[in-house]
Amino acid sequence: MFGLLLIAIVVVLVFFAIGSYNRLVSLKNQVQNAWKQIDVQLKRRHDLIPNLINTVRGAMNFEKGTLEAVVTARNSAIAAASTGSVPATAAAETQLTGALSRLLAVVEAYPDLKATGNVAQLQEELTATENKIGFARQLYNDTATQYNTAQQTFPTMLFAGIAGAAQVPLWEITEETERAVPQVDLSLGPPAK
Amino acid sequence: MASDAGNSNLFAQQEANRKASRRLVAGFIIFIAWLGFGGDIIWYLWSSSNASARASEGLPYAGIHIIPGLGMTLLLIAGVMAWWGYRFGATSLVHATGATEIIEPSTDAERRLVNVVDEMTIAAGVARPRIWLIPDRAPNAFATGVHLGDAHIAVTQGLLDSCTREELQAVVAHEMGHVANLDVRLMTLLTALIGVVALVHNAAFRWMRFGGGPRIGGRFRSRDNKGAGILVVVLLVVWLVSWVIAPLVTRYMATKVGRSREFLADAMSAQFTRNPGALADALEKIGSSTDKPVAIARSSAQLCIVDPFHSVWGDREGRFADLMATHPPLRERVARLRAMAYQADAGSQIGVPATAPVLTPAQS
Repeated sequence: MFGLLLIAIVVVLVFFAIGSYNRLVSLKNQVQNAWKQIDVQLKRRHDLIPNLINTVRGAMNFEKGTLEAVVTARNSAIAAASTGSVPATAAAETQLTGALSRLLAVVEAYPDLKATGNVAQLQEELTATENKIGFARQLYNDTATQYNTAQQTFPTMLFAGIAGAAQVPLWEITEETERAVPQVDLSLGPPAK
Repeated sequence: MASDAGNSNLFAQQEANRKASRRLVAGFIIFIAWLGFGGDIIWYLWSSSNASARASEGLPYAGIHIIPGLGMTLLLIAGVMAWWGYRFGATSLVHATGATEIIEPSTDAERRLVNVVDEMTIAAGVARPRIWLIPDRAPNAFATGVHLGDAHIAVTQGLLDSCTREELQAVVAHEMGHVANLDVRLMTLLTALIGVVALVHNAAFRWMRFGGGPRIGGRFRSRDNKGAGILVVVLLVVWLVSWVIAPLVTRYMATKVGRSREFLADAMSAQFTRNPGALADALEKIGSSTDKPVAIARSSAQLCIVDPFHSVWGDREGRFADLMATHPPLRERVARLRAMAYQADAGSQIGVPATAPVLTPAQS
């Protein structure tokens, strides 16, 4: 009788162990997937920018400086990505985001501009691209939090070692300067109509 | 993938709603089982006591009802209808509205919609659903689909025309919430089960009226049936009453599940966009629209984000309104979302923006 009870307890524990192990492995893979998703969106932005800039070059000739800044930042971001260094990539991507936000602010400041050429499409595509990068980071943070929590909460934490689970860092802003609202200088453009 | 990190109001609400829905679905299944197998049990009790009564009087043997034919038939019909709903329900609902699928966007508004759905797909971590456009001036949206890989989101032209990008994002996120939760599968299944009960209910009452009734009554009054007993009669009465109120009960359960699921989808929209205020604005805009819906059928009303027919029960509160309305009161939904928004704003004191780092035209 006692033997049967012991066997039952062991069976339950084994099921627990299998379930926890599988859950940890599945969460780890989701975290990796979400991390790579950010890279996918960043690369998509790199590929999109040249065509977008070309379609609006005619309409936004007076803002050549802003457009060139975007192209330069995009090229540096690609160069940084090819070196493989994470801090350099992060810095370059931040520069690119800054250049794009200045471009969008310019479009926003001249309402007549939206009606010319493909500027409205440009605005939409850039907004969508920035949003996707933002949501990809959000998804990464959500899945990373889920993974970290699973490793720390009671039943699953016992099997974290066996599953090879480690705490993963969240995507966060490391430079205080990034938290400042980007300053946009419109003084060199033509006066608004 | 909905996160389980349960330290904010948002995620706790989701968990509470999930539990409530599970309980309701369990109750529904038990009720259907009682309707089917209850009848079999009564029949068995009656026939076995009848057989022993006849045996003790030396009369010829009468059969005992062992095989639960009634319960099995009911389950079989329910199974077939559920299978049909599972397999064909989603696309048939979309086609019924006359929607056209957006494969390649042809206008700026469609381009915006496709982009917004892509964004929400990333935020939700699910596969991208198929996008449909309904030719209707009244703003509304719904989602159908039974598999995560085969979902559909349909929005009306009126929604595209009247909402800002942020509001559109919030509405799409609400529908993605339904998809991610497999709410659509749940609602399809429940609709099929309600159909079963209505069908058999009608058939049973037709049979009662045209000759079944007197036969049952006759058997209970026959002299052979001394051993029937009070138990069987009581059970029979309770079972018959269940059948009479069955359509009302099943409808109540379905709307109850539907209502709590709407709150859950609102919370998930807030989770995906991190912007509950946008959904509150969108709901108010949709709720106050005066356009009459032309494309959405009354039977699909419960799938929409806001009741397209602005049922008078939709705004009332209390038990009777719960029975009749397909959606929770708009006022309460907006209030809960605004409460969430204050919650989200509290986070911004730490220095991290309350909303995801996006650039939207409306915000600059």
